[in-house]
Amino acid sequence: MTSPIPPVRPRVGLFVTCLVDMFRPTVGFSAVKLLEDAGCIVDMPMDQTCCGQPAFNSGDRDSAKKVARPLIAMFAGYDYVVAPSGSCAGMISKHFPELFADEPAILADVKALSAKTHELVSFLTDIMQVKTLNVQFDGTVTYHDSCSGLRELGVKQQPRALLQTVSGLAIREMKEPETCCGFGGTFCVKYPEISGKMVGDKTADIAATGATTLLAGDLGCLMNMAGKLRREGSDIEVRHVAEILAGMTDHAPGIAGRDPEGK
Amino acid sequence: MHRALPVAIRKGNNAMHVSTSPKFRENAHDALLDQSLQRALGRLKTGFKDKRSAAIAALPEFEALRDKAVEIKNHTLENLDHYLTAFEANVKANGGHVHWCKDSEEACQTILKICRDKDAKSVLKGKSMISEEIGLNAFLEKQDLQVVETDLGEYIIQLRHEPPSHIIAPAIHVHKEQVADSFRATHKGRDPNRVLDEPRDLLDEAREVMREHFFAADIGITGANFLIAETGTSVIVTNEGNGDLTQTLSRVHIAVASLEKVVPTLEDASTILRVLARSATGQEMSSYTTFSTGPRRAEDLDGPQEYHVVLLDNGRSNMLGTDFQDMLRCIRCAACMNHCPVYGAVGGHAYGWVYPGPMGSVLTPSLIGINQSGHLPNASTFCGKCEEVCPMRIPLPKMMRHWREREFEKHLGASSVRYGLKGWAFMASRPRLYRAATGLAARLLRILGGGRGALRSLPFAGGWTQIRDLPVPEGKTFKQLWEEQQKNKSRQDGGPK
Ligand code: SF4
Repeated sequence: MTSPIPPVRPRVGLFVTCLVDMFRPTVGFSAVKLLEDAGCIVDMPMDQTCCGQPAFNSGDRDSAKKVARPLIAMFAGYDYVVAPSGSCAGMISKHFPELFADEPAILADVKALSAKTHELVSFLTDIMQVKTLNVQFDGTVTYHDSCSGLRELGVKQQPRALLQTVSGLAIREMKEPETCCGFGGTFCVKYPEISGKMVGDKTADIAATGATTLLAGDLGCLMNMAGKLRREGSDIEVRHVAEILAGMTDHAPGIAGRDPEGK
Repeated sequence: MHRALPVAIRKGNNAMHVSTSPKFRENAHDALLDQSLQRALGRLKTGFKDKRSAAIAALPEFEALRDKAVEIKNHTLENLDHYLTAFEANVKANGGHVHWCKDSEEACQTILKICRDKDAKSVLKGKSMISEEIGLNAFLEKQDLQVVETDLGEYIIQLRHEPPSHIIAPAIHVHKEQVADSFRATHKGRDPNRVLDEPRDLLDEAREVMREHFFAADIGITGANFLIAETGTSVIVTNEGNGDLTQTLSRVHIAVASLEKVVPTLEDASTILRVLARSATGQEMSSYTTFSTGPRRAEDLDGPQEYHVVLLDNGRSNMLGTDFQDMLRCIRCAACMNHCPVYGAVGGHAYGWVYPGPMGSVLTPSLIGINQSGHLPNASTFCGKCEEVCPMRIPLPKMMRHWREREFEKHLGASSVRYGLKGWAFMASRPRLYRAATGLAARLLRILGGGRGALRSLPFAGGWTQIRDLPVPEGKTFKQLWEEQQKNKSRQDGGPK
């Protein structure tokens, strides 16, 4: 996986993800900055919408294919596809071949797309060989390992390695950073009470660290945890890890955070 | 279609066999409010999990053993008929009997016939999930046979008239004070003021009571963790030694096992045993691993006069060659439920049938039908922890997704979800429309948020806002901003590139 020599000026197609597109563009711009700083030429195909995961995980393969199919051609011309989400990157890299397994005519193209699709932070460290970042963040953070990134793509040390190079930043691990936050896509609205128990356990674990900022690499999980923290009246700031790594925390208040006074 | 359990058995007085899986949501609601249960589940958060990690850390070849175990089971499943026939031949050669049964009804009747032939009054039982699956206790009790569970946990829930809530720790939801109450109520003729405060006291009393049963037993029924084809042996693992006594002290030993328990050789069984206990309780081996090969021989000091194996299909053969075949590798170690955050939140009874947790969410629909158990494979975040810890590398989330697909194909889910998905797919496959709609929605939510950054409630988003606030969008979508940025750039660069 890890290539010691990073590719030179690779063309990267940013898969911005539907949640980032609609809810938190700052994450998208952080991704662009990080990728460009690492030497990539970044483009964002305008016609992308979603990776199809909501339908795929709901058992609606037809809808999933309908939404996923255009991506195959849309991203064919790039060296890499990068998403600021382990969940969406995992969908494309791990599940697309399964989704299109019954279409031999396009399977080779699908597999080519899967093979070049990466989650943002692991792409920076493992492919682009980014070792340090020249940014500042004064605060104590705790990092939640989102499930798909962790278990499908092996994203675990990469974000921590980069966070450790941010000056002023200290990481305080929670007890169970790898335990699911209870988001689970449609799960959180289909079984709100169970999801509520899970996210409640998670926010207790987060609060117990004493960290003032919560980070993760997936916006779905972040919105779930931020929404719960907000409901509990906590003032822990919640951000996508890319915002810190790109030094773009002044672009927007934390997720579910109030606008600064007078804005 | 898979055969459902016979109605007669499902209606038995043991509540377990009436599936409450369709009421999963209500069950979960009650479970979350049950303080005593929540306290018990809190213990599960460490216990088994920590012990498992320690055991695995101490065995560098664990991953390689897992691969080997998977390979053994896959090979066996591909040649199931061969190994089952070999197993049968070897049991017979050792003087035992094999009864092939296609479903619960046949299995129960077969067992009853053996009991009747021996004029049996009482039946001792070792812990066995398959007997739960076929509703054996309720069936035998209806026929006026006395059934005594000999595993402490099973005994406790038998006294409480409850089904197990966990496949290796059936009474995990019960506190020791509750056990003491059950003992006082059931074990008559003892000093009512005796001390039953500590697990040790409870264990000692259970032992005493049990001893009388052991010596009076006619029939001993156990499950089997493995059936070994090359030797015609059934194997059970226990920590209390009760299974041993059940099968050696009884006049007749009946082992009930489903088809997929067979493995080719003794060596294979020992390979899988090495991952089993570590995954289950974090032990290197369970305290007792008992191999039963045929009835007592002339030179044996003890052992049953008769040895029977009830080989049960009950839906397994229907799983062969389907998306669910991998599930037949399951060795019932319970690692998946020990690590499952959903199981950890609601406990085993909420699942509403015999097998809880991730393995149950895959297996139950195969056995009682997806129309009865649609909630189970849906009530998962697909966090993947179960697959990570499953020693047999069963892709549990993937198979839950396959059940969702079946459900979707059969139009079993809520129609609102169905139309919601279709509507969403319509939008998401029309980029311009999608951009306009998301741009509008982002702006609207932003306005509704009014600078507060999050919404406390929102029509049609009750599932979300019941639990947590909804963070509002920043304002414009990424694509809107990107487009603006690109335009500015090209203007600065002096026209489009
Ligand atoms: S599915 Fe895997 S983890 Fe769960 S009980 Fe079976 S073997 Fe154990």
